[in-house]
Amino acid sequence: MAIATEPVLAKPEAPLKGSGPGLFGIKRRNRSRLVIAVLLALFSLGPLLYMVSLSFQPNGGLLGATVLIPTHPTVQNYVQAWTENSFSRYFMNSLIVSIATVIITVIFASLAAFAFARYKFPMKEVIFYVFLASLAVPNLLLLIPQFLLMDRLHLLDSLFGLILLYVASNLPFTIFLLRGFFEAIPKEYEESFRMDGAGTLRVLVSLIVPLALPALAVVSMFIFSAAWDEFPVALTMINSGSHYTLPVGLADFIGVHTVAWGPFFAASVIATVPVIVVFLISLRWFRSGVSLGAIR
Amino acid sequence: MSNSVNLERHPATKSPGAASRRSTRGHRMRRFATPYLLLVPALLIYLTFTVYPIFRQFDMSFYNWHIFPGAANPFMGWSNYTAIFHDPVVRTASFNSFLFIVITVPIQMAIGLFAAAVLTDHLPGSMFWRAAVYIPVVTSWVVVSWVFSYIFASQGGLMNSIVGLFAGHTVSIDWTAQTWTANAVIWILSIWKGVGWSFIIFLAALDGIPRQLLESARIDGASESRVWRHVVLPSIRGAVTFVTVLLVIGAAQVFTQIFEITKGGPYNSTQSLMTYMYQQAFSNFAFGYAAALASLLAVVLFGFSAAEIRILRQQDL
Repeated sequence: MAIATEPVLAKPEAPLKGSGPGLFGIKRRNRSRLVIAVLLALFSLGPLLYMVSLSFQPNGGLLGATVLIPTHPTVQNYVQAWTENSFSRYFMNSLIVSIATVIITVIFASLAAFAFARYKFPMKEVIFYVFLASLAVPNLLLLIPQFLLMDRLHLLDSLFGLILLYVASNLPFTIFLLRGFFEAIPKEYEESFRMDGAGTLRVLVSLIVPLALPALAVVSMFIFSAAWDEFPVALTMINSGSHYTLPVGLADFIGVHTVAWGPFFAASVIATVPVIVVFLISLRWFRSGVSLGAIR
Repeated sequence: MSNSVNLERHPATKSPGAASRRSTRGHRMRRFATPYLLLVPALLIYLTFTVYPIFRQFDMSFYNWHIFPGAANPFMGWSNYTAIFHDPVVRTASFNSFLFIVITVPIQMAIGLFAAAVLTDHLPGSMFWRAAVYIPVVTSWVVVSWVFSYIFASQGGLMNSIVGLFAGHTVSIDWTAQTWTANAVIWILSIWKGVGWSFIIFLAALDGIPRQLLESARIDGASESRVWRHVVLPSIRGAVTFVTVLLVIGAAQVFTQIFEITKGGPYNSTQSLMTYMYQQAFSNFAFGYAAALASLLAVVLFGFSAAEIRILRQQDL
């Protein structure tokens, strides 16, 4: 398995102008591809655009009539979603949990990945495979013993407990990816650093981290979206409304207000925007030379 | 890895005095301990919250476990396991989970590979199309489950309007209330949300095929379908394995979309193994039984992943 260091999601685009004969300078063979691209984008974004459209629909018009584009758009749903139902509270909880999960996972995984990438030590591959093995077992399968463990540790209904579980579930894949990236960094850089008297932590902080920044950014995006969207674990561990994260709060919202579709979709849009923004920001680093999962 | 070196061979020498003061024995200890110290934080969390629960769960599965403090937990031997094999809902849930895997995984992979083949670099706006295809992956399962519920609602749902347009009269199919239409909604949603993930991995894999390989095949006059069969597909076999294994593991834990859209109903007919396990544990408080179900599933999935990786590795040789 190798992790390529070539841009993938965002290869520098071919110039639009003058790239060949044909309409708008688009190569002829590209035209049918463009049609397919538009269809793929419609398929992917359609349901989400529909959600956005519904969120601007006056509440009375929902359910009972099919609406594609609201005739009298209103932001009332957003006002209601944000001010009632402690929705802003759920938003903050999700933000705290996701950011803390990203920070802790990335730090701990970097330390471990550095050990795997740069040291020889007894049991090295065994320990590595112990980490990898859990990738073959769905995390959700551990919900019951994790629930009892959190109960014993008095970490039920606590955001800190949730963060610990999220860190544990994100560590293996992150270590696996970062090991590959760290191994790709030439050792000579590090040796000259060591010659200047740098210790292990300084090598990691002032050499490896800056060089692996694109990889760390992309990995952070993956962890952020996983933590932001996680539902079953939060549903199981958190039981007081003031500690709900967004997915649990949204699921609860629909249970309590079965008819309040407008505010629900407004809340859904608010819940979806941050994770899409984080993804779009991370595209920059996809471009600067990292592709995850180029596992051939 | 064979090419890793022990960097502590170049000891930190801040000043000559400091170096000579350090005893060689302490130095060797430090050199030995460094990688373990780096591993401690990750290992501690991982062992506590992932590895220990695996064994704890296996242990629990032999008891009639009660969550209430002070309650006795009688030892049951293998009877939780024998009960699983006589539980009709387990049969339904296994069938549904199996069907979910064989339907959603290949379709996701096919669309993902197709999208990766079409959205190449020289396509104008390739970055926009690629981002668009990936975006459903980062959305929340709870949110999109309800968006799809709404689209497939019996009154005023978008899907019924479309069907009505073709039928020529208003229809009010209650998609999510009947077993097979509800399953179809769950499959469509899961395929829609999953495509982007296999898409980016196939994109990376296709990008890694050497240009000369493709060009020489084309110069030799091979048709596009032959190029795909003999050059492209063999080159991305590793990515195909990776995607298959991870998608199957992901599909085996299908939970949120069923939990939100049908709650496993009507009459447990859309229950998956994971929703049934959850219901047994957290609604019926049959923790031992649910733990047995989870342990069994973990063993099956672990065996599957190991077998699949081995089979596809052998084909590589």
